[in-house]
Amino acid sequence: MSFSKEDMNPYKVANRIRKRVLALAIANRGGNISQACSSSEILATLYTRIMNITKLSEPLMPRKFAGAPSATNKDSFTGDNFNGIRGPAYDRFYLSPSQYSVVLYATLVEVGRMKPEGFELFGKDGSVVEHIGEAHSPGMDINGGSLGQAISQAAGISMARKLKGETGRQIVFLGDGELQLGMTWEAIQAMCFYKLDNMIVIVDQNGQQCDGKISDVMDTPPLEKRFEAFGARVYVVDGHNCEVMEAVANQKPDGRPMVIMARTNPCQGMAVIQEKAPRIHFIGMTDSDIPKYEECLAQL
Amino acid sequence: MQREIRVYDRSFVEWAMDKPEVIALSADLTGGCELRQFQQTFPDRFYSMGIAEQNMHSFAGGMASEGYIPFVHTFAVFIYRRSLDMINMSIAHPNAKVRLIGSVPGVTSPAGATHQAIDDIGVMRTVPNMTILECGDAVDVESMFSVMEEVDGPVYARILRGEIPRLFKMPMKLGESRILGEGKDIVLLSSGVCTEEAMRAVAALEKKGISVQHMHVTCMKPFNDMKIMEAITESKYGVVTMENHNVLGGLGSIVADKMAELGLGKKLYKIGIQDEYMHGGSKLYLMKRYGIDAMSVIGKIEQIVGEKLEITEQMLDDFHFELVDSETRALGV
Repeated sequence: MSFSKEDMNPYKVANRIRKRVLALAIANRGGNISQACSSSEILATLYTRIMNITKLSEPLMPRKFAGAPSATNKDSFTGDNFNGIRGPAYDRFYLSPSQYSVVLYATLVEVGRMKPEGFELFGKDGSVVEHIGEAHSPGMDINGGSLGQAISQAAGISMARKLKGETGRQIVFLGDGELQLGMTWEAIQAMCFYKLDNMIVIVDQNGQQCDGKISDVMDTPPLEKRFEAFGARVYVVDGHNCEVMEAVANQKPDGRPMVIMARTNPCQGMAVIQEKAPRIHFIGMTDSDIPKYEECLAQL
Repeated sequence: MQREIRVYDRSFVEWAMDKPEVIALSADLTGGCELRQFQQTFPDRFYSMGIAEQNMHSFAGGMASEGYIPFVHTFAVFIYRRSLDMINMSIAHPNAKVRLIGSVPGVTSPAGATHQAIDDIGVMRTVPNMTILECGDAVDVESMFSVMEEVDGPVYARILRGEIPRLFKMPMKLGESRILGEGKDIVLLSSGVCTEEAMRAVAALEKKGISVQHMHVTCMKPFNDMKIMEAITESKYGVVTMENHNVLGGLGSIVADKMAELGLGKKLYKIGIQDEYMHGGSKLYLMKRYGIDAMSVIGKIEQIVGEKLEITEQMLDDFHFELVDSETRALGV
């Protein structure tokens, strides 16, 4: 499969991500589809317009789980090869909330980095295309799923790459729910203290977490002021506007880590899930729900 | 008995001199973890992380993934209790070469239950990929760095700071305990700060005709020293473990696991903190109060052999020497 320039238009990529995630959810009678609603333009823009990563000669097929890393297991691997080869100038991508894994996998397919058959391995036993991805899953390199840890690990990597004189950036995707964790702010504090301007943190601010709306579970206002107070370079953008995200992210570094607060709609493109609100973290579907979701899929 | 101070700091600086990939991280306990000399000698390799252990651990994991060898410093208790998930997912799961240096474990902290690591070995044992070392004297501390070089993965080291004795001559070896005395009646396995007390007890016991196989254990995980198991097999009364740790999860439990696996039908007696929290006080006070001093070993062995040995504290060799309070406090509590 090869993609034309038009195919790589981020809005078109985003639409295909939603379709692929929704189709899988229909087949599985449920899935993390609100995450696709809110983050598809973010991930599409990162992979088509923001990240400086190498192209692949052809889409990759995920490997089978080869055991967790250890001193004796020489077969273990990470999923960063889906993001191209490593090099001093290349960017790295870190997904923190692993509940978005399905959206990342769909993105990799829609930008020609993973074979569609790889996506079909989602949630299958023995596969690394796991519901909650980890370091070995496609597009990943570290364990993000225990919230709050990806940003700190990426900060350590940013520090190390600065020491080595590498110019590549670390792009960290955060959910807004994990801004409730103290550890996230420990990381922001250290990133600002060590002037890690080779980091871009993009927050999918969809206002949702597992138990429901963030404003009901544990509200966290005013986030942009908090980030600014810590010393970050903060932008509030429409997370469905690819041009704005591209323009903001691709500015020259200025000594401060960048935080992009991407305001998003957790039902974008799939109004049908609003009826499940406020608990739309994982959308379960009954047989009677299916026609509505199939209609939604047909309209995407 | 020769006693020294700042052994960790001095040894770390010497060892790291020609290793630019070695860096140190500290969570606001740079003096308390004996890192000032490192900080002054290698300011560019020293990272102050503030009182933020969770971020420090994951940050270290990130730096390790880029080829650096981070040495993470704080008090032992803060390394694992408040940031265990970060150890698991950012350090141990990727098998990162991060060295977690836990200072003032158990009774060596005068600062009470909040500052006393009493279950660190038990907890860290359950972390896959983790190697666990414990130091009992200045030679252990000095030679631990070379031992770590052999380990392809994370290491948790329980170290001693402040004034510490120089008990041994030969360097620490990975996976091998030190044989301090040979005997057939009973095996005594001691670790960390307990070994000095155990040596005092053994000297007195030998005079009373009790022959003790005394071994000092430095490698808690992996634990495969067959010399220990052979000695237990050959012992008349079984084995006594003695540790500056809860009797649940530490050396006693490690030995119990191994004995059960091998089907050794010998008795095991565990000297240690009896599953309770301690409180603030000096090391010697706490060792006596919680029953991990020389007289506690003697009392236990009297029970085991079923006779009164008529040993009093005054008859023990005088190893004890502690800096005056102000000198110890200058190192940071």
